[in-house]
Amino acid sequence: MSLLADVASWFAQPEQWSGPGGIPVRFAEHLYYSLLALLAAAVIAIPVGLLTGHTGRGGFAAISLANFARALPTIGVLTLVVLGMGLGLVPVLVALVALAVPPVLVNTYEGVRGVDPQLTDAARGMGMRGREVLWSLEIPMAMPLILLGLRTAAIQVVSTATIAAYVGIGGLGRFIVDGQSQQIIEQILGGALLVVLLALAVTTLFALLRRRVIAPGLRARSAASPAN
Amino acid sequence: MAEPAIAAATSAEPLWGRAVEAWRWGRHNLDDPVGPLLAEHVLLSYASVLIGLALAVPLGVLCVRFRAFYAPVLGSVNALYAVPSLALFFLLLPYTAFSPWTAIIPLALYTLAILVPNVVDGLDQVPHHVRQAAVAMGFGPLRRLLRVELPVAVPVIIAGLRVASVATISMVSVASLVGLGGLGGIILTYGFARDFAAPVVVGIALSVALAFATDGLLVLAQRALTPWARDRGPARRRGRAARRRAADTTAARAGEGAAA
Repeated sequence: MSLLADVASWFAQPEQWSGPGGIPVRFAEHLYYSLLALLAAAVIAIPVGLLTGHTGRGGFAAISLANFARALPTIGVLTLVVLGMGLGLVPVLVALVALAVPPVLVNTYEGVRGVDPQLTDAARGMGMRGREVLWSLEIPMAMPLILLGLRTAAIQVVSTATIAAYVGIGGLGRFIVDGQSQQIIEQILGGALLVVLLALAVTTLFALLRRRVIAPGLRARSAASPAN
Repeated sequence: MAEPAIAAATSAEPLWGRAVEAWRWGRHNLDDPVGPLLAEHVLLSYASVLIGLALAVPLGVLCVRFRAFYAPVLGSVNALYAVPSLALFFLLLPYTAFSPWTAIIPLALYTLAILVPNVVDGLDQVPHHVRQAAVAMGFGPLRRLLRVELPVAVPVIIAGLRVASVATISMVSVASLVGLGGLGGIILTYGFARDFAAPVVVGIALSVALAFATDGLLVLAQRALTPWARDRGPARRRGRAARRRAADTTAARAGEGAAA
């Protein structure tokens, strides 16, 4: 296929690999926005999910909020923040965080909520306090779902961070947008391919993380039923 | 009478003022851009989800029958899901131009990442004794699939449809960057291009409202498609909840006993 050859030759051009518009810089920008957004979403969503799941209070409100955020059109959020505070990093981050919070929040909440009450009873019976139950029982038990939520969010963020190009702050979306305006199909394909590679790297990273973070006693079961 | 009240509210509360401004803009432009673009949004999102479902059901059935297919199919739909929608829209433009297909094809492909696993999980959850009963009644494989297995899988499939439809409705707007994003058109052409917040608020509000309305429709569809759950469901659920509560108190009592 000649298109594949075109994409390969696009990647082979030395000018793609240097300078402020080169692949390494765009890749780093893309990674930076994605990480920042995911980190912000985790800082917001994980504590809320843990707290509502642990206490059982406010769960309905948290899930409703997550469903509302899920329904928000990313383009709309981005445009609204751009109109409010101009082009730049903040609108992209707000839009990406709004995208990443729902899966993390819902999975954290469900993970903690889904812990067998007999286990929490047993933990309390052993004399654990609420905080100890949360840290040494509920969080380890919920970890597979929390990681799943983070992975879903990370893939959506990596794929959607392409819109950063529209508000003038680069990222891999630049190749896609410029490829379209200059009608260089292989550049669009190259940009898309780089985003997919980043998403695959994210998937691999989470598979490795699973192995390290999930308690040994839970591994067999979580591998058997990865869905919630 | 109403005018000064609104004006006062506008000056007192900027957020409320924004909402009032958006409401007025939406009312005023209902016939021209808002109505038709909302209709386009409905068409693009519903067509995408329905086509996605039409692809996901046979794919899911295939994956259940031939288990070896499942891992590669899941891998490819997940990889597809990671392709930025913008890139797919741009890549399709030379072939489908500004026809609705430019938006529908990528959006339908994205739904597969959500729908295929749900179809497989739904079919996996059909109890073995139900399958056996169908075989004993003389159902062949196809009739068993259509009359027993898929209906039993409906709640799980609809759960997937709910996630897929909300995701699709919020993603349609991205297609406005290639000129066919339904409500995204209001956001970009009337909001972004004119530096005017009211259309953006209207676009977001209608998109969210459409997502919630669709979700409600799917819940109703599930009730209609699973009459057995509706007839006995609440009573049984209440019974199960009561049983669980009883079990909890027994467990708690047992815990007390152990502590004592």
